[in-house]
Order: sequence, then C-alpha cells, then structure tokens
Amino acid sequence: MFNVDDIRKDFPILSRKVNGKPLVYFDNAATSQTPQQVIDVIVDYYSNYNANIHRGVHSLSQEATDKYEHARQKIQKHFNAKHAHEIIFTSGTTHGINLVANGFSSLLKKGDEIIVSALEHHSNIVPWQMLCERTGATLKVIPMNQDGELIISDFDNLLSDNTKLVFVNHISNALGTINPIEHIIKQAHLYGAAVLIDGAQSCPHIKPDVQALDVDFYVASAHKMCGPTGQGMLYGKESWLKKLPPYQGGGEMIAEVTFEKTTYADLPHKFEAGTPNICGGIAFGAALDYMNSIGFDTIAQYENELLEYATQELLNIDELTIYGTSQQKTSVISFNLDGIHPYDVGTILDKLGIAVRTGHHCAQPIMDFYCIPGTVRASFAFYNTKAEIDALVAGVKKAKMMLA
Amino acid sequence: MTIEEIQNEIIDEFSMFEDWEERYQYMIDLGKDLPLIEEQYKTDSNIIKGCQSKVWVHAEMQDDKIEFTADSDAIITKGIIAILIRVFSNQHPKDIIDANMDFIDQIGLKEHLSPTRANGLVSMIKQLKMYAIAYQTQLK
Ligand SMILES: Cc1ncc(COP(=O)(O)O)c(C=O)c1O
Repeated sequence: MFNVDDIRKDFPILSRKVNGKPLVYFDNAATSQTPQQVIDVIVDYYSNYNANIHRGVHSLSQEATDKYEHARQKIQKHFNAKHAHEIIFTSGTTHGINLVANGFSSLLKKGDEIIVSALEHHSNIVPWQMLCERTGATLKVIPMNQDGELIISDFDNLLSDNTKLVFVNHISNALGTINPIEHIIKQAHLYGAAVLIDGAQSCPHIKPDVQALDVDFYVASAHKMCGPTGQGMLYGKESWLKKLPPYQGGGEMIAEVTFEKTTYADLPHKFEAGTPNICGGIAFGAALDYMNSIGFDTIAQYENELLEYATQELLNIDELTIYGTSQQKTSVISFNLDGIHPYDVGTILDKLGIAVRTGHHCAQPIMDFYCIPGTVRASFAFYNTKAEIDALVAGVKKAKMMLA
Repeated sequence: MTIEEIQNEIIDEFSMFEDWEERYQYMIDLGKDLPLIEEQYKTDSNIIKGCQSKVWVHAEMQDDKIEFTADSDAIITKGIIAILIRVFSNQHPKDIIDANMDFIDQIGLKEHLSPTRANGLVSMIKQLKMYAIAYQTQLK
C-alpha cells in the first residue's frame, strides 16, 4: 500500500526548513529529490570501492566495473532494451541529444529535413540548429494549439522522403503535455526517418518500453528520477549506434591506437570516452530500483490525484490562468496570475518556503506562442502531498493580495 | 543629500518593518510609485542583461549630475530599482562610482545580492555604475 508519509521519510531534504518555513518542494520537473537509499549507494561507493573501471587488474577496479556494468543492465531492463550495449551512459539528456546530433553530421546532406516540435526544451532545439548549419539540412517545426498539444495532422503533412530525423519530447517540461509519440514514431518510420525521443520529463512518471515503442533513440537524465545530477542515459538501437561515428575521442573508446589509425571499441564503449561518472551510473541504477520498488503505476496514479486536486484548487482563484490544458498531462501546472509577473509570484512563494520555477523554462517558443514572459511552474512528485498543495494555494492567494 | 545620507534614510525606513512581508510590501509599493521611463527609452539596448524580468534603465546628464529613470515588467524588481535610483539619481558620477553598497545587506535584501540570482541586483548596480563611469570620462 502506498503511504506518502512513509515515502517522505526516505527523503531527508523534505524535513528541512527554507526561510523559516517547512520546505514545500514543487520544482521536481527541474530536479527531483534523492532518497536515502540512493544517498547510501553514493556514500558506499566512495567509502568502499572507488576505483577506475575497465582497466584495472586489481580487485577494487573489478568491483567498481561490475557494479557499473550491473547498473547498465538495470537500465537496460528498466527501458526494456534488447541489449545492454544499447545503453550509453551520458552526463544527461543534453549530452545524449548532442551525441546523436553530432553523429548525424556525417549522415545528412543539403535538402534533408529534420522535424522538431514547438514544445521543445532549448536543449532539444539548439543542437538541431547547429546540425542544420553544419549540413545544410532544414528544420521544420510541428506547431501547437492553445491547449499546448501538438497538431498531429500538421506533423503528418510535414513528413516526406526528405525527412531524415524527427525529434520530439515525450512530455513537455513547460506544460506537462504528453505527446503521442507512438503515432509519431510509426509515421516517421513510414518515410525511413529516425526518431529521437527526449524522455527527460517522462521517465520520472512512466516506464517507457523502447522495443514496444520501436523508437530509434531515447534519452533521459537521472537527476529527474531520484538519481544524481550529471548522469543520464542514451538508448539507441544497435544498428543506429553502429552507424553513428563516435562523439568524443579519448580513453575507453578505442580498441587499438597507432599514430596512423585508431580502431574504435565496440558498443557501448565507442561512445564513452574518458573516465565516466562511475558513482553516478551506479546511483542511477539504485534510483531505478527505488522507483520500481514503489511502482510506476502507483506513482502515476498518485501524481494524477495531486494534479487533479491542484488544478481544481488553483482554478478557484480568480484571474488565474493555467497554460497547458491537454487531457493528456503529467503533474505539471504552469500558471500566471493575470497582469502579474511570474517572477514576483515566485519570489513571494519562496519567502513562504515554497519552491517553484518561474521564467520561460528553457522553452521560449512556447512563451512566445502564448505572448507571456514566462509562467510559474509547480511540478509534483510522488512524495508531495495535498497539504503541500494547500500551502501553495494559500501562498498564491497571499502573493495576489500583496502584488495586485 | 549625499548618497550616504540617502542610504541611511532608507535604512531607517526599513528598520521599522517587523518581518519580510512588511519589507516586501513596501518594496512593491515603491515599485508602483517608480517614475516611469519614457516609452522611447524602453529599447532593447537599454535592457539590463542577467535579469529574469525585463529591466530598462535610461541615464541623462543634467548639469554635472546623472538622472536615472527605469522600469521593469516585474513589480518587486521595480521596487528594488526604485531604491537604487533614489540612491544614485541626481548624484555626481564620481560619487556613484565610489558608492559603497553595504546598505542593501542592512535593509534585509542580501538574498538579492547573490550574483547568480535571477533578478540580478548585482547586474543593475553594475549597469548604473557603468553609466557613471561613461559620464565621468566625458567630464574629463
Ligand atoms: C524536456 C527536457 N529536455 C531536456 C532537458 C535537459 O536535461 P539535462 O539538463 O539533465 O541535460 C530537460 C531538463 O530540464 C527537459 O525538461
């Protein structure tokens, strides 16, 4: 049985105070908090078996290597990848996207087309712009509607034989919209285009099955799913990963080096140059264990309850607008008090110990679409409570009183 | 009044407040009263970078003193600028350049001084001082 009071005991940070008030942490879409179970794994690594991997004859190195590779298997299993070597450890979603974008530099030519969505995070726009500059390919954008949903019929029309790549986030970080990636993947494949899905915002809430999705690339960040910062993963179909050239040169990624020619190591090491974040990879595995021990169905169901409750309570406040009103949404609420700058609301909430994000959420095109400078974004995780939502609602009312 | 006298006056005003709420309410009210910058000066080149909210500042030399006007789309930010402008406007460039800004700490706004904070009080002070430096070189 899911008991949020028990769950909260796993997260030491949730009992601290901010500005003299109990912390209400509603910035989960930026970074989630870390349970003791994961903190323990990090402490254990540095206390007991910190060593470089894959190149030691000594026992410590072997132990670290085993744990690191075991974490890769956990990730493989979690995402249901066919092979462990289809999981590349990265520093995060941004790194994974850049790795793929860079790899496609040598595969694209003038006249080719890349499709991205209007709901993207900057980290999912800039690498493609750079790729287009390098290759002469052009960027096409799937537009969005007032509810913050992609207009899928327009996507179908954008597809052509020139389409080589499609990049869409699974869930929008600014609005919480769940995008119909099953359809997008299927349609793109009809034209032979590869699809990369940015799972930064989906993985904290749902468990994607990369084989069932038949997706070509899928990226995620550990720090949004109870793991450490600076750690993430790229899933790529074996055939694609073999086709892409390496991203960075260095140790770990080579089979043989002479000054004339280097042969690259096999997957996954071809894409893992240099000493990785060993502890981060192992802790990522522990974070998946933790979330799976609660269960993603349980998590999704509870978070949905929080979303519904918060939406209802916030909408009771006059002159409050919620942006992102799709029926297909995760526990993210982006809102503004009419005529009041989100930064002002965020500042008052912070004084009350309530952590939200304000601004454009690295998704300026979405803000431009709504003609607003930004929003206040409250994003809920499975360790949040309805009482905390009550505190948020009271805080927003207070901010309104002070600022109006 | 000298910059220091104005700063002391502000410190006195803020010392009457019991808690953050009164302090912030005062700043919000200051923001509402801030004399607005003329629309023609709300240009991109007058925007201070490093702020999550937009801040425009315009400076003009009147005799040998600088007159600042400013605006922001966020009201708390506007209140903060109102305080800065009260301190710096109608002062000699040299006095602005030399001004010590410790009073920010004393009125309980230290949290806004962190260089990584999104509203960039630090950027605002830097920009106002840059204007003073520019005018100071003109005077010479
Ligand atoms: C949808 C989306 N993509 C990419 C990123 C970037 O993730 P990271 O900073 O961990 O690389 C984020 C994080 O905010 C995100 O929400």
